[in-house]
Amino acid sequence: MRKKSISFMLVGVGGQGTILASNVLAELGLNLGYDVKQAEVHGMSQRGGSVTSHVRWSEHVYSPIIAQGDADILIAFEKSEVGHYLTDLKPGGMVLVNDYSIIPITVSSGGATYPADEKLDEMLHKVTTDVHWIKGVEIAEQAGSSKAANVVLLGALAKLMEMDAEQWLPVITKRVPPKSVETNRKAFLSGMQAMSNIK
Amino acid sequence: MKRLLSGNEAVAHGAWAAGAAVASGYPGTPSTEILEVFAKFPDVYAEWAPNEKTAVDVAVGAAYAGQRAFSTMKHVGLNVAADSYFMSSMTGAEAGLVIVSADDPSMHSSQNEQDNRQYAKFARVPCLDPADSQEAKDFMISAFDISEKFDTPVMLRMTTRVCHTSGVVEVTENRLQLPEAGLFPRNPQKYVTVPANARKLHLKIEQRIKDVAEFATTYPYNFIEERSNELGIITGGIAYQYAREVFPDASILKLGMVYPLSYRMITEFAARMRRIIVLEELDPFIEDQVRLMGVEVYRGINPGGYEPHAKSIFPITYEFNQYVVRESARKAGLIQDKPVVMPEFETVAPPPRPPVLCPGCPHRSTFYILSKLKVPVNGDIGCYTLGMVPPLSAIHTTGCMGAGIGVAHGATKGGSKERHVAVIGDSTFFHTGIQGLMNVAYNKSNVITVIMDNRITAMTGHQQNPGTGLTLQNQETGMIDLETLVKALGIAKVKTVEAYDVKTIEKTLKAWVAEDEPAVLITKHECALLPSQRKRYLPLEVNTEICNGCGICFRIGCPAISKSSQLDPKTGRPLSQIDPMLCTGCEMCAQVCPRNAILFRDQVIEKRQAAEEAK
Repeated sequence: MRKKSISFMLVGVGGQGTILASNVLAELGLNLGYDVKQAEVHGMSQRGGSVTSHVRWSEHVYSPIIAQGDADILIAFEKSEVGHYLTDLKPGGMVLVNDYSIIPITVSSGGATYPADEKLDEMLHKVTTDVHWIKGVEIAEQAGSSKAANVVLLGALAKLMEMDAEQWLPVITKRVPPKSVETNRKAFLSGMQAMSNIK
Repeated sequence: MKRLLSGNEAVAHGAWAAGAAVASGYPGTPSTEILEVFAKFPDVYAEWAPNEKTAVDVAVGAAYAGQRAFSTMKHVGLNVAADSYFMSSMTGAEAGLVIVSADDPSMHSSQNEQDNRQYAKFARVPCLDPADSQEAKDFMISAFDISEKFDTPVMLRMTTRVCHTSGVVEVTENRLQLPEAGLFPRNPQKYVTVPANARKLHLKIEQRIKDVAEFATTYPYNFIEERSNELGIITGGIAYQYAREVFPDASILKLGMVYPLSYRMITEFAARMRRIIVLEELDPFIEDQVRLMGVEVYRGINPGGYEPHAKSIFPITYEFNQYVVRESARKAGLIQDKPVVMPEFETVAPPPRPPVLCPGCPHRSTFYILSKLKVPVNGDIGCYTLGMVPPLSAIHTTGCMGAGIGVAHGATKGGSKERHVAVIGDSTFFHTGIQGLMNVAYNKSNVITVIMDNRITAMTGHQQNPGTGLTLQNQETGMIDLETLVKALGIAKVKTVEAYDVKTIEKTLKAWVAEDEPAVLITKHECALLPSQRKRYLPLEVNTEICNGCGICFRIGCPAISKSSQLDPKTGRPLSQIDPMLCTGCEMCAQVCPRNAILFRDQVIEKRQAAEEAK
């Protein structure tokens, strides 16, 4: 059977664990029998800068990057960052937003403004109705560490994609530090749970 | 076994599988991970050299000695190594020699966008250009084979998108077993490039590249995917992927080797196609060669005025993606389908997050003082380039590795009416800064040089260097003593200071600027992101009863300090606040605060203890 191609775009701020999340997605795709490519930009992007990661699953992936209108799923680890690359989302594609803000120095020093939630939600709904918000950091704190917010988001994503935890958890366990396996397991399941409550 | 590997990891795997025994490079995005990964394989020698020229010399020496060897660098690194690279093309070697050049289309972390395939042609060196991780591994192995078959160095030309994309790679545990080095060759006709020998060698390498071009005809990594003959695409490297996305029905000639090209392969392919286009990022490198073969390359429906050297259809700048390729093709009349229409929406722009010096960065103090002194500052390549960002705004030139000191010296000799300060990091100083400083001493200018010694090569992700006491493979080694080195170069006035000590830096630089002799200030403190420093993070606090919102602490440009919503009752100015998630406790803000409203580390600890006891 020909597998359905899926392109994931992950956006966030350096230090939020977007790369770990995209590694998990890439390996999961490989386990599911897809060809997989995962692209990220290193270099000047540093702690506190915008980061973007692309993961593509397909029978055969050619371009490693997602361009205009190619992304099936857009995941924002920091909510204002969802504005970056929204043009890359397929009209009607899925958006998962972590309801969490990291205020950059350009805002705190008074120059730039941070967008209001309603504005963001309104913008997203112009492109798609498939929009989901989740309080990833709060849920992660309850699971044991705010750092596991990235895995909470993966849990939510698993639910939205109607997949089983059993497919994801071994991959996550392999990727996170041994000390934090339990916290991340909890975080993942809480993320799944939170999404099913909303639905 | 199938594994997900980045292009860089795949190159390292390929090198190991090919039996490469020696590798030397200099860190540079996007190439850095190749050596970091290779260094961890069993039975290999890998090192960070002080610069790319030395790195290529090392690889050449190992290959002369009979061991497969390679050198890695970013594209501009090959400019530094060019002399050695050209020399290696003349001599060839006893065993496989590969130069890995990682180009950076779109300049994600580079000062220019040079297309290093040009260096292949320039030096008559065959060039392989992989399109994904699997090819990166396979081509690395093949590069060693070609190198030995034709007695030539081979360039493996990577690009950022290939370096930093992970893809599926077939990995084996098998490594080619090669004999150990024996006696060093005594073959001056080949290895001593005095003019008499060089004249013969030039004839030899011109013939060699013709032979490789013939070999390219049957080279398995040059292949044809024959589909419709309406459109034939000649492509290589990452551009192949976009060709497959955008032109699923076209026939494709995919070049694994982008230099030299096979005349027979290209012209026969072109003859079968109604139209030929060349799809490549950056320079019209393949295109020019194809045109020289007399192949007519399609230029689009509105080619404009005839520009013989212009690239047709696709942009000459920045990296591609399927969108860029599709839109260019549409304009050229190659595809007729309707573009995807995006629903209209007004982007709610995310607030900018420009790169800035990290909280706790030991470079910040110097830039704060330099901005106060209002002197022209000639900078260099490294994290400290971010000293240019407001509010510090204290870097006025940055060109390439090691340039700052020479530029400052030249400005002075050119009659610049101001006192020039050059700033340079420890690793960059070892790279090519030493010569600039030697020149300042020898040719007598009054340039003040600040060596910002954060004890690591920071920007590329913390690589060891000759000042750190460790090698790439974690061997303990001697550390260069900067003061001794600087004095040996002929600079009498040298001082080392703690980089967080704002007052001493200010006092010293102020005094030196008023004098008229060359001087070197070494500001020393470990990069705030090193594990040793992370252990001592201690977020500071603002005493809001003392702070009156004067705003001086904002001038150091620390991301951890911001204006709070609380206003000073008298002046109405916002008080300052410190983000405990970001603050490392470097105390720079506490030092510049004129009212002592920011608690020092001791005070924070005292306050906490008091609170603890009160419980």
